[in-house]
Amino acid sequence: MKKKDSATAVAVHRKKGMTLKKSERITEWSFLGLSVAGVLVFYILPFLVVVFYSVVDNPINKKFVGLENFSKILHNDAFTLAARNTLIFSAVAVPAAVVLSIILALVLDSKIPFKSQLRASFLCPMMVPTASVVLIWQIMFYKTGTVNQMLDVLGIENVDWLKSGLGMVVVIIMFLWKNLGYNMILFLTALNNIPNDILEVATLEGAGPCYKFFHLKLRYLSPTILFVTILSLINSFKIFREVYLLTGDYPYDALYMLQHFMNNTFNLLEYQKLSSAAIIMSLVMIVIIAVLFVVEYWFGKDVE
Amino acid sequence: MKKAGIRAGKIRKRVLQIFLTAYAVVSAVIFLFPTVMTIANSFMTEKEINANYGAMISNFDDKEQKKTYISEKLNLKIIPDKVTFDQYKTVLFKSSDYLMKFWNSVLLVAPIVFFQIFVALLAAYSFARYRGKFKEILFFVYVILMLMPYQVTLVPNYLVADWFGILNTRWSIILPGIFAPFSVFLLAKIMRRIPSSYIEAAKLDGAGEIQIFTQICLPLSRSAIFSVSLLLFIDYWNMVEQPLIMLSDSDYHPLSVFLSKINTGDVGLAFAVAVIYMIPTLLMFFYGEDYLVEGITYSGGIKG
Repeated sequence: MKKKDSATAVAVHRKKGMTLKKSERITEWSFLGLSVAGVLVFYILPFLVVVFYSVVDNPINKKFVGLENFSKILHNDAFTLAARNTLIFSAVAVPAAVVLSIILALVLDSKIPFKSQLRASFLCPMMVPTASVVLIWQIMFYKTGTVNQMLDVLGIENVDWLKSGLGMVVVIIMFLWKNLGYNMILFLTALNNIPNDILEVATLEGAGPCYKFFHLKLRYLSPTILFVTILSLINSFKIFREVYLLTGDYPYDALYMLQHFMNNTFNLLEYQKLSSAAIIMSLVMIVIIAVLFVVEYWFGKDVE
Repeated sequence: MKKAGIRAGKIRKRVLQIFLTAYAVVSAVIFLFPTVMTIANSFMTEKEINANYGAMISNFDDKEQKKTYISEKLNLKIIPDKVTFDQYKTVLFKSSDYLMKFWNSVLLVAPIVFFQIFVALLAAYSFARYRGKFKEILFFVYVILMLMPYQVTLVPNYLVADWFGILNTRWSIILPGIFAPFSVFLLAKIMRRIPSSYIEAAKLDGAGEIQIFTQICLPLSRSAIFSVSLLLFIDYWNMVEQPLIMLSDSDYHPLSVFLSKINTGDVGLAFAVAVIYMIPTLLMFFYGEDYLVEGITYSGGIKG
């Protein structure tokens, strides 16, 4: 599949990329120039400055201090709390987002009525700005709110959702609510791309739905699983929105996220903290993504 | 014997189908619930809102509203006792504050979407049409940048805004937004699918680079441009992180941030404002669901 695609691609000069004529080089870069300049000015160059700030004592003195800023931030209580909470959140929410969206996609892929209406309902939350629905979430999870009233009926003891460790549960629900639809579409597309004859042969040979899923479909889904995992990971770092809109600047400890830490540090303009925190986070992201790619490479190898 | 077996299999299939349908419908109802509730509640009178949710409001604002609510328990309701448009009238005609914030959102999001697409189209054309070792590396840098969370990219963005003296102006959000790599990545992937024979043919007819771009690549990626703009719009319409850091003056804040502040005070109005804020994205959803799904599908797969 892939090879065919690239054969039809626009890239006429792909193979002899090094031997472009001068006039072609000019066109190439005049189209690209604006974007590259913007990326350099707004992202890459200041990021180099961030790296610089992370190894000096302060932006005025500029005395090299090695890794001192990093060790300071790793021993900073606020940062470790925020990092731990974010980690716990992502560790639960991301796998849940992958598994639940596969289930939704499988359900929509089976023979059921009202498919397009159902698809639209699952997609709807991603269109709705979080700020618009946050009131309803607040009402549902308030200490005398709807969820606790339902728990009353079942005879389960009430909890103050947003002011306890269980706030994490609320935020995970909100995350899943918003993101499952997008992931589901990706899985639906991937399911549609599985060659039909393979599934038909399996059916003729008497394979059950479970066998077909775990031994056939899952392998074809593996690149999509990788992508959805990365996407959900990135989105899980945006959960600050939900927490902020739900609980404001100073949430309960269990909901104190990395972005809260960044906001507070921005307010105090502590460049050393900001820079070293940003660099630690970018390294962690790069490592996680690299690991995911390696895992997918080994897992997806035998499909082709 | 055999017949009975087939019949049992059919029954099992039917039961499974009913089960799956029920599962899908229940999930769909849960997915729609917060949005539908927000819309329904926006038609209630101030008095009814206070009676239903007063306990929660009084928590924030003890003095005035305490008298109006009846019970400690919140009473989440879907059907208003009396349908009224009063909240909307107040928002639209009496208090200009909310409309100003809505306008702030427009002033931030519209330029970002428009110019990000513009810059990205040029860059994507160059990425798709000319390849080479260096371009591959450059594209990889864009992908890595795209994967970085706000907690990382906001620090360099803030530094640049500080150097340029545009902190606390809209430009501090718009400019980094214009050069964000997301749509470059997506549009380049889409343009690579354009068959190279089209371009060869145009070249033989004597078309120049700009003509190939405007006459062939742009029309062929028209629906993709819609899709990507839609995804961008949804994402930026929901922004919370950037304004909190870049705009210390809350007069410039978009409605997505401001809404969380009225939530605590004027709950009756908050519902109406929330609905007004989701109208643009919901309209886009009703008219552009297919574009949206197309956009999501394009976004699948990092490597592509």
